[in-house]
Amino acid sequence: MGAESSLRTRFERGLGAPICLTWELTYACNLACTHCLSSSGRRDPRELDTAEALALVDEIAAMQIFYINVGGGEPMMREDFFTIVEHAVARNVGVKFSTNGTRLDAAAARRLAATDYLDVQISLDGIDAATNDAIRGAGSYARARRAMDNLKDAGFGPFKISVVMTRHNVDQLNDYEALAAHYGAQLRLTRLRPSGRGADVWDELRPRAAQNRDLYHWLRARPHVLTGDSFFHLSALGDPLEGLNLCGAGRVVCLIDPVGDVYACPFVIHDQFRAGNVRDAGFASVWRESELFRSLRELGSAGACTSCGSFDACRGGCMAAKFFTGLELSDPDPECVFGHGEDALRSARERPAPTPDHSRRVPLSLSSRR
Amino acid sequence: MTLLAGADLSRAWALSDRVSLREESFGALVYHHDTRRLVFLKSPTLVDLVRRLDGYDNALAAIDDVIEEAARPRYQRALRDLIDSGVLDGR
Repeated sequence: MGAESSLRTRFERGLGAPICLTWELTYACNLACTHCLSSSGRRDPRELDTAEALALVDEIAAMQIFYINVGGGEPMMREDFFTIVEHAVARNVGVKFSTNGTRLDAAAARRLAATDYLDVQISLDGIDAATNDAIRGAGSYARARRAMDNLKDAGFGPFKISVVMTRHNVDQLNDYEALAAHYGAQLRLTRLRPSGRGADVWDELRPRAAQNRDLYHWLRARPHVLTGDSFFHLSALGDPLEGLNLCGAGRVVCLIDPVGDVYACPFVIHDQFRAGNVRDAGFASVWRESELFRSLRELGSAGACTSCGSFDACRGGCMAAKFFTGLELSDPDPECVFGHGEDALRSARERPAPTPDHSRRVPLSLSSRR
Repeated sequence: MTLLAGADLSRAWALSDRVSLREESFGALVYHHDTRRLVFLKSPTLVDLVRRLDGYDNALAAIDDVIEEAARPRYQRALRDLIDSGVLDGR
């Protein structure tokens, strides 16, 4: 799905509607992953109710948004999860939903398998329990694998195994490939971002520079591996990776959070990137009229990156990664492959605190639930 | 669904019922619900051509009616690409 540069510029100036959007159905989660982008844990009492959620699906369908990435929190914690998802599919809005798999039992797997236009992504952040559970919590590896078994038994077809790349699992990529082959699944790799609780673990978990180079070459050799356009900052290493290779925040994607707040992308749940709320005048008006989104669609200065010959390849990298590490948006990505980010980090301001935070106040273990 | 690269444009083709098309200022975005692929129609003229294919038993005739002569080879290639990616189906 490569886009030439003139088309990319059109995308950077924004589309009439998002290509897709991420919709987090709830902040409730029965896990407490250390890198959670949305600092999830506790349900927010202001979350959209079923009627509001179905009306939002109708608006998404009317705007001809092709598909929604449903997440959370754990979306299956909502009792009306299937009602919302099946309504979207019935309105010709594709659904890709991310789950920790803990509630994906045999019956749920059969119901998902019977639904068209629906993709399932099960998160697994390590190829073994030790690596995975250190991030996602004790017992989470076994339950994610059981969910995969259930999908396989139900004949779901090629579900996705979704992996946030850390310095502990980059070296497991070939094993991941074998696991995906075992299930007939697709592999989906995404970038660890310093967003939400991810800010607390970013320094210790993010892949090392050499690992990022290995990852780039591994991905270049496997264009079928999905990345959600996550690693475009690595495209500065040579030929571009698959995808649009641009920051789509507020331009071609956005996030709707469980209470209806609209943010520029799933990685910037912070007041500074909140464009509005769907409860006020609907989602379309936020997308089209928000001052924040309008400003993101103006092609600003590339700052220090202007003089870099690779700017056209990486476009300066990820806005969220810069913001939550205290960099200016015109600075290089903190993980710039040429090391310019490291220089910028040395003079960065204090890192902003993530807002809002729905983390549980006391840690819980999987076995203590249900 | 996928045909040979040299798909026969003298046949009748039309937008697949497995795709959604949304017009944008540059042309249109097309999303294929089966392959989950996004395809770009990079000019309003191409969007117009694709929409009008439905009225022709021969896609080459549609090109002759809609596209000026010098540009026709380019639009033939564009339609073949759309056939390859499953955006257009034979009727």
